[in-house]
Amino acid sequence: MTLPATTTRFGEVVEASIERLLGQCHALYEAPVLGTLVRAGESVYAVVEGVETVALDPTRPIVARGAGAASEAEVYAEHPQLERLLRTQVSLSVIGHREGSDVRQYLPPLPPRIHTFLHVCPAEEVREFFAGGRSDFASLLIRRGMPAGDDVLAAVLRQASAAFEAPGDFLLTASRGVASLLAGDTARLNAIVRRLPLGV
Amino acid sequence: MGVDAASPLGTVVGGSLSRGLDVRLGSAEAVEQAKVGTFVTIQGAGSRYFGIITDLRLDAADQRLASAMADADAALASVLSGTSAYSLATVSLNLTTGVGGEAPQPAKSLPGHFSAVHRASNEDVQAIFGSEDAWHIYIGSPLDMEDTRVCLDLRKFVERSNGVFGKSGTGKSFLTRILLAGILQRGVATNLVFDMHSEYGWQTKTESGHAAKGLKQLFPSRVAVFTMDPASARRRGVQTDFDVQIGYDEIEPEDIAILAQTLKITELGVQACYTLRSRFGASWILDFLKQPSDELSENIGGSSSTLDALRQRLGQLQRLDFMRDHGQGAVKRVLDHLADGRHVVLEFGRYGDDLTAYLLVANLITRRIHEEYRKRTEQALAADGKEPEPLVITIEEAHRFLGPGVAGQTIFGTIAREMRKYHVTLLVVDQRPSGIDDEVLSQVGTRITCQLDNDRDVDAVLGGASGARELKSVLSRLEPRQQALMFGHALPMPVVIRTRDYDEALYAEMSVPGAGAAPGRDKRDLFG
Repeated sequence: MTLPATTTRFGEVVEASIERLLGQCHALYEAPVLGTLVRAGESVYAVVEGVETVALDPTRPIVARGAGAASEAEVYAEHPQLERLLRTQVSLSVIGHREGSDVRQYLPPLPPRIHTFLHVCPAEEVREFFAGGRSDFASLLIRRGMPAGDDVLAAVLRQASAAFEAPGDFLLTASRGVASLLAGDTARLNAIVRRLPLGV
Repeated sequence: MGVDAASPLGTVVGGSLSRGLDVRLGSAEAVEQAKVGTFVTIQGAGSRYFGIITDLRLDAADQRLASAMADADAALASVLSGTSAYSLATVSLNLTTGVGGEAPQPAKSLPGHFSAVHRASNEDVQAIFGSEDAWHIYIGSPLDMEDTRVCLDLRKFVERSNGVFGKSGTGKSFLTRILLAGILQRGVATNLVFDMHSEYGWQTKTESGHAAKGLKQLFPSRVAVFTMDPASARRRGVQTDFDVQIGYDEIEPEDIAILAQTLKITELGVQACYTLRSRFGASWILDFLKQPSDELSENIGGSSSTLDALRQRLGQLQRLDFMRDHGQGAVKRVLDHLADGRHVVLEFGRYGDDLTAYLLVANLITRRIHEEYRKRTEQALAADGKEPEPLVITIEEAHRFLGPGVAGQTIFGTIAREMRKYHVTLLVVDQRPSGIDDEVLSQVGTRITCQLDNDRDVDAVLGGASGARELKSVLSRLEPRQQALMFGHALPMPVVIRTRDYDEALYAEMSVPGAGAAPGRDKRDLFG
């Protein structure tokens, strides 16, 4: 994925805690990909740990409508109200915040307010956040015990590496940081490393 | 070198004073630079510590690493190495200095966790081993520090008996030569060298084929070459000062006792020698060889077969060309030279391979020296006079003189044990230190050892040394040539060196008058 050159707004916060945010995308299916670095408002950084599209009204389950249609696009064309009945949500793991001019890879003192806008960070901001292959944030993801946490971590590193001139070097430095966090669990580390395009 | 002096090799992560510190090595370069025997410094909060790497090992934070890594690829390997799979060095701590830069003391404390470990710098080496001066000679460089000079304090060196060990071809004799030349030039002691293979007095070829100057060539007026084999000396073009002949009347039963093993003389035979000596006096050997056994055995007791056997064995001395009926004053000549401050190299020529000749002559001369030095020291004590100059006697194949069976009887055993009091010490050169009596070996102050193959020899050399277990791993990894582990009395801490070359640079240094050299003597060297 190529990162935008400038900040792109894609949605807003609809549930917020210090550790996790739930964001709703402004456009159906217009969610940033897994592992993308996202900024909520001006100061809170989070990564995309999940994306889901669900019915806007939980009491009205979605039913299949494509039995007679020739294509998926035709389904949407015949039922324009669908765009209004569905919403795409992103779950975000908070991994850092900004304090003045400094970027911190640990939890912010307070969560962002509801309706805070969510932005995909541009390449320059990604480089700033992960400067020098810093991977202190990884402990937040590793310790959270999400079922797919390791996949998320690998996706974050993959996405971030795209912002660097030498993605391989970034990945090696960052994975070595992860390795020291997972010093006692080589099997798990191996699972993460296997998801990375380490050009060794 | 890849790692510059400023970047640390690693950090202290554990360990103990007795078993050594565990140092986690940092970068991949550091892992490859850290060798067994490398000299390191550790900067603690207040003190600075000095030690050497005695062991290296690989460790992993995850004890299941071996099984987890079974299917790991290069990517994982590169991530793991240096993080959860890492190298540890064991550093044996020896010395410490305070912040004020005072003289190094034996280490009794430890640097804290995460103290940085560096390779020792030139200044560190100098702070510990001193720099070249009136008493210190440059003997070699620490491992991988070619420009740094490790110096040996010769004054301390000659205070005790010393040993140079190493299997054949490891550079023992060149190392010995450097020591002898240093002792000579700095004037810390007088040398007497029993030169078994005629390699110290005059020039010999190095293994690479270059000519290496002998002591006589370096210090013409201060060294006298005595020879047991004038024919060999002439053939080699050696200028000798004196041809040594030994009289039968100079041989004592003690001299025969040391030959018992070589000449296969029984215990009874040795006892008979003492009886014969008391009966016939100084000329006991010749008288005994002339007399029939039957008559003798009646007169002095003992079976005639014992005497027959003894006669046959002693008869072997007659094949030695330097034997004469009466002594020609050779022993006195040696003593006079030594008393005069001249250094004596006694070459054995073709007798170098004849153990009987070597043992006999070395023992006989040394016994006289022992008597003389004892007398002079005692006189000096009584009259408050001048004590004799220290004397260093160099012997090769020392285990023949100092083996467990004979060390108790031979004069060399006595010297090793007690002669420091009388200003005579030994420089023992040997390739089989395990053959030397433990008690004697424990008296050897400074040990310089090149590579040794046999485990028993390694154990013998390290016997009684503090931190022997750690040093063993260092010693067993010495390179086969020109590397030596030095430790003991004259050295503040053990150190592995690459011995300096015996070359023009050394000749040039030796031509400068040393501290103890009388000016007159050096003028003689200059103008012949």
